[in-house]
Amino acid sequence: MMVLGSQLWAVLTLQDYNTRVVVLGTAALGMAAGMIGTFMLLRKRALLGDALSHSALPGIAVAFLVMAGAGGSGKWLPGLLLGATLSGVLGIAWIVLIRSWTRLKEDAALGIVLSVLFGAGVALLGIIQHMASGSAAGLEGFIYGKPASMLQADAIAMAVTAAAIAVLCSVLFKELQLLCFDPGFARAQGWPVARLDWFLMALVTAVTVIGLQAVGLILVLALLVIPPAAARFWTERLWRMFVGSALIGALSGMVGASVSALVPRLPAGAIIVLVAAGIFLLSLLLAPQRGALPRLWRHGVLRRTVARQHLLRSLYEMSEPAGGRGGVPLSALLARRSWSAGELRRELRRARRQGLVQVVEGLVELTPPGLQQAQRLVRNHRLWELYLITHADVAASHVDRDADALEHVLGRQMVSELENLLSAQVRTEVPRSPHVLSEGTHAR
Amino acid sequence: MPAEWIWELDGWIVAAGILCAMSCALLGNFLVLRRMSMMGDAISHAVLPGLAAAFLMTGSRDTWAMLAGAILVGILTALLTQAVSQLGKVDESASMGVVFTALFALGLVLIRQAADTVDLDPGCVLYGLIESVWIDTVSVGGRVMPRSVLVLGVMFILNVAFVTVLYKELKLVSFDPALATTLGYNANVLHYLLMTMVAATTVVSFEAVGSILVVAMLIVPAAAAYLLTQRLGAMIAVSLVIAALCGLLGHVGAIAVPRWFGYGSTITAGMMAVVAGVILLGALLLAPRQGVLSKMAHRAALSLRIVAEDILGLLYRMEELAAASPQGAGGGRVRFEAAYRALDSGWLVTRAALWRLRATGRIQRIAEGYCLTDIGRQQAGQILRSHRLWERFLVEQAAVRVDHSHSAATRLEHVTTPRLQEDLRQATQDAAVDPHGRPIPRPPDRGATGA
Repeated sequence: MMVLGSQLWAVLTLQDYNTRVVVLGTAALGMAAGMIGTFMLLRKRALLGDALSHSALPGIAVAFLVMAGAGGSGKWLPGLLLGATLSGVLGIAWIVLIRSWTRLKEDAALGIVLSVLFGAGVALLGIIQHMASGSAAGLEGFIYGKPASMLQADAIAMAVTAAAIAVLCSVLFKELQLLCFDPGFARAQGWPVARLDWFLMALVTAVTVIGLQAVGLILVLALLVIPPAAARFWTERLWRMFVGSALIGALSGMVGASVSALVPRLPAGAIIVLVAAGIFLLSLLLAPQRGALPRLWRHGVLRRTVARQHLLRSLYEMSEPAGGRGGVPLSALLARRSWSAGELRRELRRARRQGLVQVVEGLVELTPPGLQQAQRLVRNHRLWELYLITHADVAASHVDRDADALEHVLGRQMVSELENLLSAQVRTEVPRSPHVLSEGTHAR
Repeated sequence: MPAEWIWELDGWIVAAGILCAMSCALLGNFLVLRRMSMMGDAISHAVLPGLAAAFLMTGSRDTWAMLAGAILVGILTALLTQAVSQLGKVDESASMGVVFTALFALGLVLIRQAADTVDLDPGCVLYGLIESVWIDTVSVGGRVMPRSVLVLGVMFILNVAFVTVLYKELKLVSFDPALATTLGYNANVLHYLLMTMVAATTVVSFEAVGSILVVAMLIVPAAAAYLLTQRLGAMIAVSLVIAALCGLLGHVGAIAVPRWFGYGSTITAGMMAVVAGVILLGALLLAPRQGVLSKMAHRAALSLRIVAEDILGLLYRMEELAAASPQGAGGGRVRFEAAYRALDSGWLVTRAALWRLRATGRIQRIAEGYCLTDIGRQQAGQILRSHRLWERFLVEQAAVRVDHSHSAATRLEHVTTPRLQEDLRQATQDAAVDPHGRPIPRPPDRGATGA
């Protein structure tokens, strides 16, 4: 326990030199990918990063073969990354050609390029493995990533990339925003849309190539997609999403690298992705506006409100001759609307708890506060019916259903406008219903 | 066949490759048509945690457990992708990206945990071990055959059965999902059935070609077949042929191609993807209707014909002008440079058109340039007839202004059939002059025009 505690302390305070390099490097990478990923996600090109990273493999292998053939060790990193960049660009060009020359769609173009170029890379790796020198070990690190072997120079490269992307995206923020949300309008306004697209893809290529070593070519896509998708849940404004995505990316990188430094046998690249996925899941469920649980909760509240209002109005209308004061048998209430016995009983229980209805001698009746609410609801309902009849020329026999849907969302302002409009027809507290109130208005 | 080809070994490798490629390509047709190619990619990555969990739970590489685990996770991928994109209102492709990378990462972590107890190499997940299929054999009816060839053969038969039984439904859902729904077919059930088959095929193919090359076999043969054909049945047949070629040439290429450059042999699975890519590139360039080259050739032939017809028209008009002018002589001839300038066409296409007109005897070379032969004059008259009838028609019937009628007629004259010309004659009541007052040439033989 003591050992683990001191290790944790060492990692969290970045005392260990290697850990410091790795944690800060992956954080910078996550930040860079999160920023550029925001625009890719909104441009609906989220999966382009996947094709791009896979098509880097043959470039790496060819660069190795060329450098080894020229007498070097073949593992000079800048050379390998140059190869990766070139074949990534080749991959993008191939996608664009397939998309514009044939009737194949985007998805097929991505699938073709990523699988064929990756296959070519695998074939080249096979050649390299069989070479006598046997110095190929390490190239496979690009597939799964090896953050632990990150050097200070790599971390600095990642930090520089992140800073450059932050600056470039801030400078071109307005243009990129336009490109993401309305490319047609951007083109009509004379912005160089194609060049902006190429600019975005150049940045993605840079991040992908830099990220290959850290998380590997399969998981680099995760860094480009997951942070922006998670940030999207929390906001409706692009710049907040941009910043949020950068923060989520950086956090995933930091936490993931720290955890894999602490716990043995956890591959860092995968842990970084899982941390990001965890943040995504939390955002998906909990984000206040777009999150799933708050949405379900709001939906439930609305449904209960509507059900309560239906119950109160039914009770009032059924006892209207007595001024809404008489009791109503449960069977009559059940026949009144298209609700099941279970739903009705649940609603009654809830309304009794809230003190809106009471049951006297087996008959359901409104309490004084319930009567007051019911009167207001019926009034709103009939105001809207009258409005539809008078101003929208809807037949009296058809207005009930329309008003039924609208009565729940009539605001105070709206009601007073309706009152002004209909002042000639509405003289009583609760206006008379403009149509016949049958026993079962809504046949089951 | 390469020198060190041994049928007992390489034959089985090729058989495994062909069966695997054909199983994948068969289903791939529907993925490509339904624009879900990347779903194949997602599932083939995402089955990893299913495999790893099966390893961890059973402690062995038991085929059935692996199959069950991977199919479950494969279906889960499709379900989760849909759930995330609906619950979170996320773009479908982004939701796919989130789901499959997260599952793949989970799989990597699980494999790392299992690494001590089970021998499972992440490399084998990516490129498979098709070269060593013959190590693990089973005996079927007295004949010894590699286990994976048997498994892949069964999978291929299952896929054929699936596609045969549900052919009509798959076709309908692929081309018109809305119609399928209104006709009462449950597109969702079919979607998940297809995803189940894809997941199962992926797992079975894993050992042979690895995860990403499954994607190559799922998408590339079907995409190439899509470019080459116009009917679903033909597309499926062509994709199967291409897949079989990938299996065969992939292995031959893996042995032979690196030799050309002085290296040793390489991984068959990678070469299969390369072969598929080369075939796709060929289809992209050479396909009879969709191919880039055939489209270019078609366009070139069209512009050659139009320029040739324009040259004939030009010469005919120059003859008319010469006949009308008092000097008379010297008309009806044009030099190359003049034709090139007057027609506003490309240099090369003008040269080619002149060459072709001469070769077919419609113009001839004289000292001052080119002039019409009798055949050429007859054809030029027909073109001018179409042109002037059109002008007349446009001005009289379509309320086009006289000074605008020429450019429209210039475009229409090239697509006017004899039948259409006859209709125009009737519509313009046998007009003898065009709106500019020039005579409309008569048809050479009135009886033949309607034919």
